[in-house]
Amino acid sequence: MKEIKVLGSGCTKCVKTAELIQLVANDCGVSVNVIKETSPETIMNYGVMSTPAVVVDNQLMHSGSIPDRKKIEEWLK
Amino acid sequence: MLSVFTKLADWLTYSVFGLLPDSKPGEAVHFFIEDTTKIFFLLVVMIYIISLIRASLNVERIRDYLAGNNRIFGYIMGSTFGAITPFCSCSSIPVFLGFTSAGIPVGITMSFLLTSPLINEVAVLLLLSLVGWKITIIYVFIGMAVGITGGIFLDLIRAEQLLQPFALKAYQTAQVSNSEPDTRPGLSIIERHKFAKIELLDILDRVWKWVFIGVALGAALHGFVPETWFEENLGSGQWWSVPLAVLVGIPLYSNATGVIPVMESLIVKGLPLGTTLAFCMSTVAASFPEFILLKQVMTWKLLAIIFVLLLTSFTITGWLVNIIHML
Repeated sequence: MKEIKVLGSGCTKCVKTAELIQLVANDCGVSVNVIKETSPETIMNYGVMSTPAVVVDNQLMHSGSIPDRKKIEEWLK
Repeated sequence: MLSVFTKLADWLTYSVFGLLPDSKPGEAVHFFIEDTTKIFFLLVVMIYIISLIRASLNVERIRDYLAGNNRIFGYIMGSTFGAITPFCSCSSIPVFLGFTSAGIPVGITMSFLLTSPLINEVAVLLLLSLVGWKITIIYVFIGMAVGITGGIFLDLIRAEQLLQPFALKAYQTAQVSNSEPDTRPGLSIIERHKFAKIELLDILDRVWKWVFIGVALGAALHGFVPETWFEENLGSGQWWSVPLAVLVGIPLYSNATGVIPVMESLIVKGLPLGTTLAFCMSTVAASFPEFILLKQVMTWKLLAIIFVLLLTSFTITGWLVNIIHML
């Protein structure tokens, strides 16, 4: 099971990002564990300055916007 | 070119709604229609164009730039970058920590963060179209001056000691050049268009309700406050009116987009310019929701210092502008 973290201070875009990832994962039949990470310290440690950002299996994949569907599908492969 | 919006408002207010040109509701409705249509038109066009130009400027680049420069220059550049990047309160904490952990002094980071909500392309654009270029220049000058002097002051009192422990530690252990230089290739026109489209939708989504609220308030002031009320009561720039305006502005929370139509009305109604600016800047910059966010990285003491710092600078600039304006 993939562990996917959505980094962000709880703004609407971060919530939407998390929902979208869950949705795409359901559509692709991949089981994921989506965690919303709001701690400023953790966000800093990933070196992220623009949120929402996405971390897949501890690797930073994306930051600064709601990712598009294609991108998410690639992460789930 | 913009007179087309006046004509549109004329037609809607007087012909379609059948209001009388000299009546109070007529004036208020006219103001509302003219300003909202004009503002939305300008917003769409200008945000798109500016985003096209700005597409290759990201916070990572700004951070690398600020980390590599000397101090005095740093405050000015911090404030300038704050003015040209759009501000979203949800990104202020990650940006603050990103700058701090890159070893950028707290004062320079704060120059960036203090200027950012006060000045942005939307604010400048609205000022230019609603109150003219002279007041626009004064506004931008004051906004940057507050950001720069605020930043210098915070470094003088060694504000980094008042950060939350984890942020202080990140600052102290920062390596100046720990980030790789940005080597991404330049952007194509299509990529720029994509970026500008996303930015446009994003900014509109954030500001549209403020435009309506601001213009509605401005329209109410315009139509219903008697022409001479401000002039008779506050028109001579009584010294206490400036700190009072700043205090009144604190609980009112708005962003620059919402406050500028109000500013237009206040100036038209004869409220002195310094008092008006003090009120508007206090509304935009000294807001509690913003400050509660910063609590995550700062101690209460530092927050209180910044708050008082802002209120004092708005009061002083308000006084100065009033004095200069009356000479």
